[in-house]
Amino acid sequence: MSAAPQRVKAGAEKIDVAVSAVVPLNDLVTRFEFKRRDGAPFPPFSGGAHTVVEMNDNGRTRLNPYSLMSDPGDLSTYAISVRRDDEGRGGSLFMHGNVKIGDEMIITYPVNLFSLDLRARKHLFFAGGIGITPFMSMIAQLERSNGNWELHYACRSESLGSYVDVLGYKYPGKVHIYYDDQSQAIDLENLLDGQPLGTHAYVCGPKGMINWIHATATAAGWPELHVHSEEFLAPEPGAPFVVRLCKSDMTITVREDESLLEAIERAGVDAPFLCRGGSCGQCETDVVAADGNFIHRDHWLDDDEHASGKKIMPCVSRFIGKSLELDR
Amino acid sequence: MTLHFNDETFRDDYSFKNSQRAIDRFPFPFHEDSYMYSVNMEQHRGGPADSIYEMRFDVDEHYVAEMHDRAMVLADDPLRCQSIPHMTLAGWDLLELIMVSKSEDYPDLFELHRDGDTWRWVNKPLGIDDTFTFMDETTLPYGPMEYITRQAQGDFCVLDQRDENLWMDAGMITTQADWSLDFDLGMNFFEWHAPVPLAHEKGIFVRALKFLLNIQQGAPARRLNWTMTVNPLLDTSPENYHKWGIQKTSVTPENIGSKQHLRVELQTFFRLPRSNALVFPIRCYLCSFQDLMTKPKWGRRLHRVIRDLPEELATYKGFIDNRPMMLDYLSKFDDGQPTSPGVFPDAVPEPK
Repeated sequence: MSAAPQRVKAGAEKIDVAVSAVVPLNDLVTRFEFKRRDGAPFPPFSGGAHTVVEMNDNGRTRLNPYSLMSDPGDLSTYAISVRRDDEGRGGSLFMHGNVKIGDEMIITYPVNLFSLDLRARKHLFFAGGIGITPFMSMIAQLERSNGNWELHYACRSESLGSYVDVLGYKYPGKVHIYYDDQSQAIDLENLLDGQPLGTHAYVCGPKGMINWIHATATAAGWPELHVHSEEFLAPEPGAPFVVRLCKSDMTITVREDESLLEAIERAGVDAPFLCRGGSCGQCETDVVAADGNFIHRDHWLDDDEHASGKKIMPCVSRFIGKSLELDR
Repeated sequence: MTLHFNDETFRDDYSFKNSQRAIDRFPFPFHEDSYMYSVNMEQHRGGPADSIYEMRFDVDEHYVAEMHDRAMVLADDPLRCQSIPHMTLAGWDLLELIMVSKSEDYPDLFELHRDGDTWRWVNKPLGIDDTFTFMDETTLPYGPMEYITRQAQGDFCVLDQRDENLWMDAGMITTQADWSLDFDLGMNFFEWHAPVPLAHEKGIFVRALKFLLNIQQGAPARRLNWTMTVNPLLDTSPENYHKWGIQKTSVTPENIGSKQHLRVELQTFFRLPRSNALVFPIRCYLCSFQDLMTKPKWGRRLHRVIRDLPEELATYKGFIDNRPMMLDYLSKFDDGQPTSPGVFPDAVPEPK
């Protein structure tokens, strides 16, 4: 339209940060705090937003999304909490094993795919395990505006209950904790039944918990649009496969332990992305030709699009077959 | 540079005028000799020096007069500014965005001094010097959105984002091309665009919505839109159609060059960080046909675009009846020579 052609890099805008604190919370979870290297305040953000942390793991670039869990009213620090996944692809292990105070890292501007519905008369939060993190910033935001909220938080055990102490201390009466190893469980049907009109429910946790809350709410007559959830998928490993990138005129191999998106990036192709977890839709890619089967794992494309074989979300989905050609 | 603000009106005697600088930087919207809808979005990160694309919020010679006109519209019809209660946080976001941008981009005109939540805002062109508490509505004379948009050129739609859609839940709309905030308030993206012809069939709105939902903090976007306005009227609202609609019949072959204006909207899109809402500023620029014709490339191109525009679009944009008279006028400025690509006028003047 106007000025010279603009070259825009994929992904959100980036911020140069230094690690200002590394705080182990328990056997599995550690909090990492960041300060900006230029000394400026961080951009404001909304509760539920995430940032993508760029890790340089021995020359291999890892990009993992983590919910911002610090107070949105405090722009001097951003904080994330990382659960160590011993079976995962290595991002959380790198954070736990290699990242020290003073390390220089790069993170993205906040992106929110799990925001509060500000029309709600009441916000009802359900957290499972590390799923507590987005609610930490949502609670801080709502406390600043006298919002009406209530948290139901399921943990494996007292020793693994990240932030249980601080939440219970600051907000007695609003926070309800359930320990799996003590056979405590959320009395979901009764809880959903007793909420005032205009309540919105939010769930972040394992897939089973998300499905349980959606199904129970639907059965209780809740409007579908009043139940919000966020599940970040990590790319799953799988058999290596070969992909032809038509626009870039190159053929690449996706290794067993990397995603299709990561393989495209490793080849030097600048592909669009934001969440890297199958939710935001930014990396949607057209399939030019395919002879084989797709392993679709994203939450973005609908069932018809998955069945069509015309589109793939390379951040989490894979392919098994003879040949795959993408419009990238 | 030091800006001089025009003493001018957008009603009654229509003393609005564009200086040579304003004509030179007018956002002529046609990059080729024809026009059709497209998702013509690009990043909003500056542009050529002194162009309207350079700053986040362009402030020009019409600033003070436009703000006076807005105050008059609001005095007659307070419903031009509305904000559903859940949008107050987005209003604070918008206030912050405009105050920070203007004080950084025009430090000789605007100052923002922040000490924690105590903010002092100085607007020299409008003679305002207010100290207030950020996020405390009781310390401002209006709600945060109304306060700051009484001091910013262009209309502002503040859109809530939820359920994979955008919702027109707040706005300051006094310089609009014939649509009504009071009518559209609470509608979603597809509902408020329902009257637009041809674009739905082309899938424009589905793609545009996908793009807008993904606009991220720190990465604003922009596009241009356009229509035609008889007399330099900012307030071409449905509410006042009985006042301005009739003026379309006042155009004659003798006065069309000065009366007929090309109306161009610079539309920008910013993610609002605290609310996760989206603000959609629509900045209106007016230029008379006779001023446009001083740029030979624009004269040739405007004739070809208006001549070949599909009938549905000329009807929707409200100038189908006057199109023959426009073409009689514009054809005199089209010698059939080729035009260069892009929107900017040619740098080297042509020999007379």
